[in-house]
Amino acid sequence: MIDLTGKAANTKRYAAEKRFKSYGAIALGLTTVFLLFLLADIVGKGWPAFFEHHASVDVMIDPASVDVATPATGDYSALIKDAVRAQFPDITSRSDKKKLASFISQAAADDLRDRVVADPSLIGKTVKADILLSADADLYFKGIEQSDDAEMLEKFKTKLPVAKSISWRFWTNGDSREPELAGLLGAIKGSLLTVGIAILLGLPLGVGAAIYLEQFAKKSRWTDVIEVNINNLAAVPSIIFGLLGLAMFLNFFGLPRSAPLVGGLVLALLVLPTIIIASRAALRAVPPSIKEAALGVGASQQQAVFHHVLPLALPGILTGTILGLARAFGETAPLLMIGMVAFIADVPQGPTDPATVLPVQIFLWSDLPELAFKSKTAAAIIVLIMILMSANAIAIYLRRKFERRW
Amino acid sequence: MDKQTTKANIVTGTPRIMVERPTRISARNVDIYYGEKHAIKNLSVEIPDRAVSAFIGPSGCGKSTFLRAVNRMNDTIAGCKLTGEVCLDGKNIYDADVDVVELRSHVGMVFQKPNPFPKSIFENVAYGPRIHGLAKDKTQLEEMVVNSLKKAGLFEEVKDRLHQSGTGLSGGQQQRLCIARAIAVNPEVILMDEPCSALDPIATARIEELIDELRQNYCIIIVTHSMQQAARVSQLTAFFHLGTLVEFGDTDEMFTSPTDKRTQDYITGRFG
Repeated sequence: MIDLTGKAANTKRYAAEKRFKSYGAIALGLTTVFLLFLLADIVGKGWPAFFEHHASVDVMIDPASVDVATPATGDYSALIKDAVRAQFPDITSRSDKKKLASFISQAAADDLRDRVVADPSLIGKTVKADILLSADADLYFKGIEQSDDAEMLEKFKTKLPVAKSISWRFWTNGDSREPELAGLLGAIKGSLLTVGIAILLGLPLGVGAAIYLEQFAKKSRWTDVIEVNINNLAAVPSIIFGLLGLAMFLNFFGLPRSAPLVGGLVLALLVLPTIIIASRAALRAVPPSIKEAALGVGASQQQAVFHHVLPLALPGILTGTILGLARAFGETAPLLMIGMVAFIADVPQGPTDPATVLPVQIFLWSDLPELAFKSKTAAAIIVLIMILMSANAIAIYLRRKFERRW
Repeated sequence: MDKQTTKANIVTGTPRIMVERPTRISARNVDIYYGEKHAIKNLSVEIPDRAVSAFIGPSGCGKSTFLRAVNRMNDTIAGCKLTGEVCLDGKNIYDADVDVVELRSHVGMVFQKPNPFPKSIFENVAYGPRIHGLAKDKTQLEEMVVNSLKKAGLFEEVKDRLHQSGTGLSGGQQQRLCIARAIAVNPEVILMDEPCSALDPIATARIEELIDELRQNYCIIIVTHSMQQAARVSQLTAFFHLGTLVEFGDTDEMFTSPTDKRTQDYITGRFG
């Protein structure tokens, strides 16, 4: 009779298997918890930064302080302050008046000026002005920070209707010392310019190098040396590339400091090994029979590669490239070395303007003491994560789209 | 012809069938090395036009290596070296002035595993004529594609789906597509490297029929592991063993009365 019931030795084996499975499950569970915690923390902190608070107040555009001929030079700040104060006749002390004024952002006067400059017929009339609140007042109304002036802010709210709206400024402004005015456009544009240049240079060079090494170069000691070096370059700490950029592009070639052009050159060097390695792997994965078939009907080596091998390797090449691009997007260290870490309030207009990039902007904001910047930091992280996630999504989409069977 | 003269023919390399047909390919003192490995040893042979010559022999005997030498496919293999002469119509194809692209348009190849391009059936066949500029316009190209598919006996099966992917066909159809692709560039010689080894018996039979038809117009060399196949399709058979050409002669004689002991052992199934 064959005994098919479990033996002691077998139970031990099954127990070991179960144990190993549970280690995996525990590891996955912990990772998920930490990741969710991190995401929830960032989103919770960053979400309010996408909104801002406004109050509306009637402002009389006094022709005495705003000249019809040159509406741009008027003292709009005083106009708004006076209009706000007029709502609170009981506030008389100098310090309270100062406090009241501190609730209003500088941008309120700028917004009003823009409105009057665009339509000078407003001069002499009373307009309903939408005034942006300062960061401190904004944080109080968002419920993030308790203010010493809580009593006064509540009073403020009773007289002047305070409303919450989406902060478009966050998307259209450059960096600023005033938290309520600081925006990401400068950093986003800087990032796009920098990474754009990196890809423009890195992609053709990387894919070209991969095609040459994989399909054309005769195997020799030299190609082996090059291969080893490319693999090593992929593992070089990114700050070394920053030092290289500083020494070569800034000091030797004299390119402008803090410019996306230099950042792009440095990042191109940085992603080049990644692109070459991914492209070579993709080219190698194409069955040699396809190339032989092309050569067999009399295609030249180049025709065989460009007509048949490269199109089949394209999904892999694209995936590698986009992953390299995502790395370039998140890179901070090498850009610090070439001066992209400066405080730059202007939105860059071209690749040679001083600029900063998203991760560096996060680094800069995280260092500032104002509580409002903590929220901005988290918001910038959300934006960066969204960009990286869409880059990965595009990579997956392209891979699916171009993937072909043979 | 008695056995004695057949033996003499092997030495001089002129089997009976060669008398009726012109020589297309002749190899003289060919040695092929893969790095250190001596894959083909001092091979000389003459292969006639408008006939099927089969290369048989155990695995690793060099038959595929020599086949690939005839259209210089070995050039793509690193460390492969050839000495001696391989002549196509009297011209050594390893001469410095030979354009390998031109050579391969005259010597087509069909591979062991069907390897259609992952493109449409039409594009598969049209690729060769297109890169060689054989067609003047679209109509002529279409005509060439249809003719090639007809010659390969595939047209009737695929005429309604010329623009669907070639990789969607069955294995046998794919291999016939590869044959159509090879003959689309009007080669004189077609090399077939175990064309049926990945196919079922029915698909194999169709390919064999096709090879028999193509023999009327082409010089065909086929490498095969199946001695039955060699006996069925070829007029000439070459037996390779350990890098040497042991015997080359008329197929029917080779299978009925081999002169060499090794050939006899191989075709009777004693080794291989």
